[in-house]
Amino acid sequence: MAMSREMFWALITSVGLVVTVLFVPGGRVLVLPELFILVMIGLYALAAPGAEITDPDSARPVVDTGPGDDKVHTWPHLVRSEFLCAIFITLLLIVWSLLVDAPLEDPANPTRTPNPSKAPWYFLGLQEMLVFFDPWHAGVVLPSFIVVGLMAIPYIDINPAGNGYYAFESRKIEILTFFLGFHILWISLIIIGTFLRGPGWNWFWPWEVWDSHKVEALTNVNLHYKFGVRTETGAMIFGAIVVLGYFVLGTIAMYMGIVKMKGQEFMQRWGMPRFILTSFLFLNMMSVVIKMVMRHAGNIMYVWQTPWINF
Amino acid sequence: MSKWEETKRQITESQVWQSIFRHGYDDTPGNRVQMVSGNVWLHLHPSKVRRHAIRMRFTWCMGGITFLMFLVTVVTGIYLMFYYRPTAEYAYADMKYLEFDMPFGMFMRNMHRWAAHAMVIAVWLHMFRVFLTGSYKPPREFNWIVGVLLLVLTLLLSFTGYLLPWDQLSIWAVTVGSNMARATPLLGYEGPFADWTGANPIYDARAFLFGGGEIGPHTLLRFYILHCIFIPLVASLFMAVHFWRIRRDGFSGPPV
Repeated sequence: MAMSREMFWALITSVGLVVTVLFVPGGRVLVLPELFILVMIGLYALAAPGAEITDPDSARPVVDTGPGDDKVHTWPHLVRSEFLCAIFITLLLIVWSLLVDAPLEDPANPTRTPNPSKAPWYFLGLQEMLVFFDPWHAGVVLPSFIVVGLMAIPYIDINPAGNGYYAFESRKIEILTFFLGFHILWISLIIIGTFLRGPGWNWFWPWEVWDSHKVEALTNVNLHYKFGVRTETGAMIFGAIVVLGYFVLGTIAMYMGIVKMKGQEFMQRWGMPRFILTSFLFLNMMSVVIKMVMRHAGNIMYVWQTPWINF
Repeated sequence: MSKWEETKRQITESQVWQSIFRHGYDDTPGNRVQMVSGNVWLHLHPSKVRRHAIRMRFTWCMGGITFLMFLVTVVTGIYLMFYYRPTAEYAYADMKYLEFDMPFGMFMRNMHRWAAHAMVIAVWLHMFRVFLTGSYKPPREFNWIVGVLLLVLTLLLSFTGYLLPWDQLSIWAVTVGSNMARATPLLGYEGPFADWTGANPIYDARAFLFGGGEIGPHTLLRFYILHCIFIPLVASLFMAVHFWRIRRDGFSGPPV
């Protein structure tokens, strides 16, 4: 008889546990907990599903409720996967925890600020956005938009395709948008913030030494300055026109683009509230990209400067 | 009968085994349903699930791994709580004590920290998978919202825990992370229109978070309570709703 799948995984995990105890430094202290896990695996292999449980693909539904019944019993099909996944992941975590110690630096000292001071890694995307936006914008408004925008997804996406299965072809735009927001922006900003930002939040390539005396020329100027506007009032009016123009023209362009791509009928069905919410959130997301490009390529600081608030 | 089957039969038919487990497990459809519906933990599942919805290439296992990581942090976190005092005098010393003197102290701390990081990664990947399979579409819109709230709570759990070692890494990371709060429009003293609302360094959004104008012992206690009691409690409630609704709405999948 061929070895059943659960036996295979139980064997792999058991071997992993034994190897951990014998060869991983410090692994010996875990003899007792790991014996416990081994006993659990043994009990599981004996008491639970048994060899007659076959792959879900080939398991015959025991109660046939007619054509189209594609259900299988949770026990054992799902419970087995969950159990095996849990012991496998726990094993990985145990090995990782034996090999890599959690960091602990010097005692907290509010008078000694490290350079650079970095937020926890999962917030470094937001910290990196501080380069491009003021704190109220990068740290409060944009994260709020991210959370609200994520929550709005089920209500603005009325495409019936791909409800519960992978459907790349019929959901290209949705998936590309999510990919841009999640992978390109969120993840890459975290990578930049974690690995490429050093003292003074200056850019350091991995092969460069973090020199805390690195001199960076402050050559950033505001957009209105580039266009020859020098007065404060002029800057306010110029910035208002650019920012409001971006949102108004961007909304119009998105409207026309969607009508062209999906047709007027779709726009009717989609409705104005959904469209406005979507375009507003999308334009905000693109503003991050645009400001990043403007800063990195053109040293632009603010697009709209006022005495109270800057964009 | 294979060797394995033979061994298994010998064990399960022995007097010892049968004295513990009175009834054999007869693999019938009724028993399979019973195993799930009659078990307080397993009945979070429906007793039958759609076949394709349990394949790993569909689920990536990420929701389950997120929950597993949560359970690991609960267990290891309780262990750490026995040895840790959330006051500025003792917190750091307790960390050292925990690492060098307590049995399994370093190991438990490592498990706690790495599981927390893994939970953040797993919850992101879970969200990505749910997006790719369109599992937020009707009738599961609201469960996606609950999921987004759980994502935020996961980050807050991790963030509040970040302060507790009370070392340079933690206070400065939390300082930088919380500085955003003082820039909140209207509510933060460095944010736009603070003059108009009267927000000041000891009375604004960040001071509310810190329990004072600067990060200090009061912040440590505040984050400790948020980290160990308040947020886990709220997250558990939302998890219950999240799992319950998956069960009620059924696992997602293509039309039959």
